[in-house]
Amino acid sequence: MKVKQLSLFLENKPGALSRPANLLAKAKFNILTLSIADTQRFGILRFIVSEWEKARSLLEREGFVVNVTDMVAIEVADEPGGLAKVLEALEKTPVNVEYMYGFTLRGEGKGLLAFRFSDPDAAIEVLRKKGINPVRSVELFKGAGP
Amino acid sequence: MTKYDARQNRRFHPVSAPDFLPLPQLRDLQLQRLKAIVQRADDRVALFRKRMADRGMTPQDVQTLEDLAKLPFTEKSDLRDTYPFGLFASPMEEIVRLHASSGTTGKPIVVAYTRQDVQVWTNVMLRSLAACGLHEGDIIQNAYGYGLFTGGLGAHYGAEALGATVIPISGGNTQRQLMVMKDFGVTAICCTPSYFLHLIDQGSEAGVSIKDLPLHTGVFGAEPWTESMRRRIEQDSGIRAYDIYGLSEIIGPGVAMECVCQAGPHIFEDYFYPEIIDSKTGAPCADGQEGELVLTTLGKQAMPMIRYRTRDITALTAQPCECGRTLRRIKRISRRADDMFIVRGINVFPSQIEAALLSVEGTLPHYQIVLTRERDLDVMEVQVEVTPEVFGDTVGALERLEEKLGKSIETTVGLRANVCLVQPRTLQRSEGKAKRVLDQRKM
Repeated sequence: MKVKQLSLFLENKPGALSRPANLLAKAKFNILTLSIADTQRFGILRFIVSEWEKARSLLEREGFVVNVTDMVAIEVADEPGGLAKVLEALEKTPVNVEYMYGFTLRGEGKGLLAFRFSDPDAAIEVLRKKGINPVRSVELFKGAGP
Repeated sequence: MTKYDARQNRRFHPVSAPDFLPLPQLRDLQLQRLKAIVQRADDRVALFRKRMADRGMTPQDVQTLEDLAKLPFTEKSDLRDTYPFGLFASPMEEIVRLHASSGTTGKPIVVAYTRQDVQVWTNVMLRSLAACGLHEGDIIQNAYGYGLFTGGLGAHYGAEALGATVIPISGGNTQRQLMVMKDFGVTAICCTPSYFLHLIDQGSEAGVSIKDLPLHTGVFGAEPWTESMRRRIEQDSGIRAYDIYGLSEIIGPGVAMECVCQAGPHIFEDYFYPEIIDSKTGAPCADGQEGELVLTTLGKQAMPMIRYRTRDITALTAQPCECGRTLRRIKRISRRADDMFIVRGINVFPSQIEAALLSVEGTLPHYQIVLTRERDLDVMEVQVEVTPEVFGDTVGALERLEEKLGKSIETTVGLRANVCLVQPRTLQRSEGKAKRVLDQRKM
């Protein structure tokens, strides 16, 4: 039910992003999602790839600090109110959203939301009770390259 | 406007009399005091007594000033190893003041004063201020920090004893410093030279031209500076800038001070006996030759320092000064024999920064200290390489880490530092050893 996401520490300076991007491109990793959180001094690059273990060891060999996080991906209809419904389900539970971002799958007309919860397992349980089913990794990468 | 110029002032300040002792009498006085202080240290300081015994020496072996060279050195690490009170030679009942200065680790070093020590300190600070032509009637803005740092109170006591009007404004708050300087008709200021440059700069921005104020004298110390900084200060503010030298371990400010000839600080030799040694071999250097300054306190009761290694590199000269003082002079402190650096007048050792980082996270071994000067104020940035152990995926966690590291440095060193996390393997390493300090300040 959980999807592995890799996070990289980046300095906030020109060119910081291109090095990991080039490394991943050369090794032909297909990046499914990508987002950047940034402050004035540093940034965190977060992305989901199918073969995350390989991507991780490649980046670590190159001297990056890599963190692996459990994300929960939820499919929503690409229409107003999709996100609100998920958040509503989590209201009055101790589960906290640390951050989230949305993306769409090309050609499928579906919206996907990637959540980092304070407690992913608890979140999954709450959501399933409300009839919201997180997407499995396999489904997520169906049709996508390595 | 034409400012007051101490060189034109022919008044001789009576407190300066000991500065002009004929040499035979000065040497006699030094020897007399040296014998007494060695006896006192041997009687009362266990570490010194042990070192004397190890050499098979007794205080009776000191019969001439040259015999001083046979005595053991005292190092900064001795103060650390005996922290806090291990080198005191007076019982607490007789100690009226404690100050502290940077140690090489997380702990500071502590120095003590008896009532008489405070009088000696007051006397040498008084003679320092008199040496650059200040006297009663002057209004002195004392912008050295008050507190554990010896700068503030040292200058304060001397200025009061001089009969001058003291403004104990302490450090910081530049706008208020400028307001007071202008509104109170300040004639002299004590602060670090870089802070004074900052005052000039901020003043011109706020429409206060120090050139047009009554301020005529600056007593600058607590950090290294250069002749070109002196010229800049004098040109831009119309004052005369004097170099004062001191260190807490010896007494604080007032160990040495320039006279109106501005030809290098005269050491108040009746209280502080100077030697210059090769910092590697410990061998004495000839007159005028550069080496490490070693000082012996000749009149300090609470904490006698015998042959204290200052780690300051300078040269000593017995060449007569035009002012007629018989006190020898040192050159400007050019550099250090260790890795200490000075930020805004505060001594900092890289090992202190390391201790501060380690106290927060045991896993941050790679750091670099970058020193810059922004608008004449020192800025210390500590760059720390991120490790997997501390990288927590959220921005908040990293920001909290930076904040915690910054606080720990501030607590240890007494200085704010900008902590900046950087990618691993990005900091310079030379010969396998990290280059800890990158000093990009232009002086």
